[in-house]
Amino acid sequence: MNRAIVHLFLLFTLLFSVLVVFTSRWSVLEAEGLEDNSANRRPLLEQQRIPRGLILARDGTVAADSRRLGTRETRRYVRRYPTDSLFSHSVGYSFIDRGQSGLEQFYNDELVGQGNELATIVDELSGAQEGDNLRTTLDPEAQAVARQALGGRRGSVVALEPDTGRVRAMVSLPDFDPNSIPERFNELNAEASSPLFNRATQARYPPGSTFKAVTAAAALDSGEFTPQSTVSGKNGKPISAVPLQNFEGAEFGQVTLTEALEKSINTAWAEVGERLGDSTMLRYMRRFGFGSEPPIDLPRNQLAASGIYGEDGLLDASDNIDIGRVSIGQERLQVTPLQMAMVASAIANEGTLMAPIFADRTVAPDGRVTQRFRPDRVRRVIRAGAARDLTGMMTQVVDEGSGTAARLRGVRVAGKTGTAERGAGVNQAWFIAFAPADDPKIALAVTVEQASGTGGEVAAPIARRVLESILNARGGGAGPAASGGF
Amino acid sequence: MVSARLRELVLLVPVGLLITAGFAAVLLSRTAEINDLSLTYGGIFLGLCVVAHFFIRARLPDADPYLFPLAALLAAFGLVMIYRIDEELARQQAQWFFIGLVFFCATVLVLRDHRSLERLRYTIAAASIVLLFLPRVPGIGGQVNGAYLAINLGPVSFQPAEFAKIGIIIFLASYLAETRDVLVRGRVPRLSLKHFGPLLVIWGAAMLLLVFIRDLGSSLMFFGGFLALLYVATSRLSLIAAGAGMFAAGAFFFARTVGHVQDRVSIWLDPFQPKVVEDEGYQIAQSLFAQADGGLFGTGFGRALLDLPGGGKILPAADTDLIYALIVNEVGLFGATAVLLVCLLFAARGFRVAMLARDGFSKLLAAGLTAVFAMQVFVIVGGVTRVIPLTGVTLPFVSYGGSSIVANMVLLALLLIVSQDARRDTFARRGGVA
Repeated sequence: MNRAIVHLFLLFTLLFSVLVVFTSRWSVLEAEGLEDNSANRRPLLEQQRIPRGLILARDGTVAADSRRLGTRETRRYVRRYPTDSLFSHSVGYSFIDRGQSGLEQFYNDELVGQGNELATIVDELSGAQEGDNLRTTLDPEAQAVARQALGGRRGSVVALEPDTGRVRAMVSLPDFDPNSIPERFNELNAEASSPLFNRATQARYPPGSTFKAVTAAAALDSGEFTPQSTVSGKNGKPISAVPLQNFEGAEFGQVTLTEALEKSINTAWAEVGERLGDSTMLRYMRRFGFGSEPPIDLPRNQLAASGIYGEDGLLDASDNIDIGRVSIGQERLQVTPLQMAMVASAIANEGTLMAPIFADRTVAPDGRVTQRFRPDRVRRVIRAGAARDLTGMMTQVVDEGSGTAARLRGVRVAGKTGTAERGAGVNQAWFIAFAPADDPKIALAVTVEQASGTGGEVAAPIARRVLESILNARGGGAGPAASGGF
Repeated sequence: MVSARLRELVLLVPVGLLITAGFAAVLLSRTAEINDLSLTYGGIFLGLCVVAHFFIRARLPDADPYLFPLAALLAAFGLVMIYRIDEELARQQAQWFFIGLVFFCATVLVLRDHRSLERLRYTIAAASIVLLFLPRVPGIGGQVNGAYLAINLGPVSFQPAEFAKIGIIIFLASYLAETRDVLVRGRVPRLSLKHFGPLLVIWGAAMLLLVFIRDLGSSLMFFGGFLALLYVATSRLSLIAAGAGMFAAGAFFFARTVGHVQDRVSIWLDPFQPKVVEDEGYQIAQSLFAQADGGLFGTGFGRALLDLPGGGKILPAADTDLIYALIVNEVGLFGATAVLLVCLLFAARGFRVAMLARDGFSKLLAAGLTAVFAMQVFVIVGGVTRVIPLTGVTLPFVSYGGSSIVANMVLLALLLIVSQDARRDTFARRGGVA
């Protein structure tokens, strides 16, 4: 019998080994799949138990923090946004039953402390997982000024540092108070004015004459034109065999490119575009970032690509395009405010496009910097010389042309206005600019929906106030102020 | 040579440390400060165990020194886990542990010689069968999760299967001790119905359990224990194969034909089907999710996600059926493997008792009790880890439950009585004093 007992014990040893194997299977080998299983609510509930890191503005202003609810066993953290609607679209929101948006979504892993393996292991040993704080480049003052300057009108302001791509301000109106998302989400989502929609990165508007800056960049960089090259500004000139009108039917003779930009002469720039041709124009557009989603640290579903949109999406060189009208911002061209800010920024940065970015660094709860976000150069769009020439031309626009409303005392501003007619007396007003023209610290794009005036009248004054605010602020450009406030 | 009892006493020290440290860890996760409460709890538990030790020293001086500390270790671990789930529940469980010790002592005191059980075998068998089917009696029985496992007598609810398993093993051990010669000698086809009949009865009973109690787990546990005993008694694999085949065939047949068994099996095969995962498959799915959350080392005592913000627990039956999932969640693969190892060590000592026993009945009794213990661990842990369909049996000594603790304490007492009997003879003959 003893032999049989030994066999029996061996059998149970085998059975228990099977138990260990299966335990390994669930706890280790297939754990990842189980964690991703849609029926598994643990990851969501777990995340609720982790105090998410703060989201901080450039000066340490807290844009998002976490409030603890419940007892120790049932503790959970709920997001709170002390700055209310100031950063609603860029910072976004994060609520268990409403999902996430903006930086909250893009930097979720960092904010819950899953940014790097080592930190996770340390946290596991200490037992308390805490997220990293995210320090952004957002400038609360510039943001507030831009918001105020828009004055409740639907529209957007995007301000970038040309040499680093840092986003100093991103306003989209109407906005929303992220604190109200849990209660008002459905209501906000249904509202006709689409307050949840980030106009700065998602709205596709006709760019109007601001696009002439792109055409001018292509003209100068291709070597086929100089600022002094002359073209005809004749009203009613046929473009793609259809007569094209100047703004208010103005009649011009032979004009230089500088003059054509200053006065925003449609027929002159359409001729430039036609002479450059489809492929050159499209090539420069691509270099500026048209045709693809901008390389910014926001979730992809909150970004739109700018470009020429046909019925089935973006068009390219193989499609039939009226390039002359594209060159003056007409045709089926649609752009986001962010894309136009990138155009201004690349010209300001001597022709080099930097990737727009909100994040400056992530900081562990103990003050350790866990990640620094370095400026990321996307590509050289145009030669430095061409950029300088174009800057000169755009300075003329503000000094003497359509953009005089953006003039600043003591600082030269380069800019370009845009007015896309959307109906009788209803325009999409635009202004893109950067300043100081000789050493740009800030580049921006401003747009206002359903404006009754022109870009120069409506958008340029907004740009002036934002530029003034940023340039007057101390340390206005080199980088975020020294840390503090953690 | 260190005396057996001294070894037992020394082994209780790490048990006391484990429970103290465990309580401290749970308290720490709650209040972020250590107070002396954990020392008090640990002290009381250790005190009870030491009292039990002195009782064993007085009444069973030569019994196996490892079984009691191993059982105490499992109970200590279970108490920590239950305390982590619910303090009140842990207090009750501690009471049950105390009552279990009282039953342990009573069994030892009443049962001077376990061989006296042989005379009562038919009574015991009948009582066990009645116990098993009591949950189907209207008025006192009730259905929980589709199975009939508990009966309610006034305020007390208990699970008769826990006690019936001991009775059935006593009966089988006694029966097989008597008939094993016939079973060993004869070729299977020539076995008379007189000898083979009771085996068919056992098979039939297991099938009935499956259908009436609707519980594959207890059915598997009983039949597994029976086959284990049959093998120990006869060493005939052919009989085991025939028995296992019959059980498998029966289970397969009922899986195909009886609705709830069919459901159980389909949930087992794929618990993540939409709808099922929120309903019948919820338990096993949550069990697997909890284990996935544990990983290699677990979250630590008291740190796993258990309480839902709106009240309730994310892991159902965390204190009873699914306690192993919570163990994996909090102490990880390593900790859970350690728990299984302790169970396996308990089984090893139990089988050792059987091997040292001098007569057939004692051997079969010890082997059967050990096998049914190990089988129960396999059934519940296998269910929780989806090796087999999940059914409602407890993890011996660890899960919350009075019936479980008391019955397993009686099982432990029987093992120690057999051990005392065997080792006294051994040591007496050797003339040793150990």
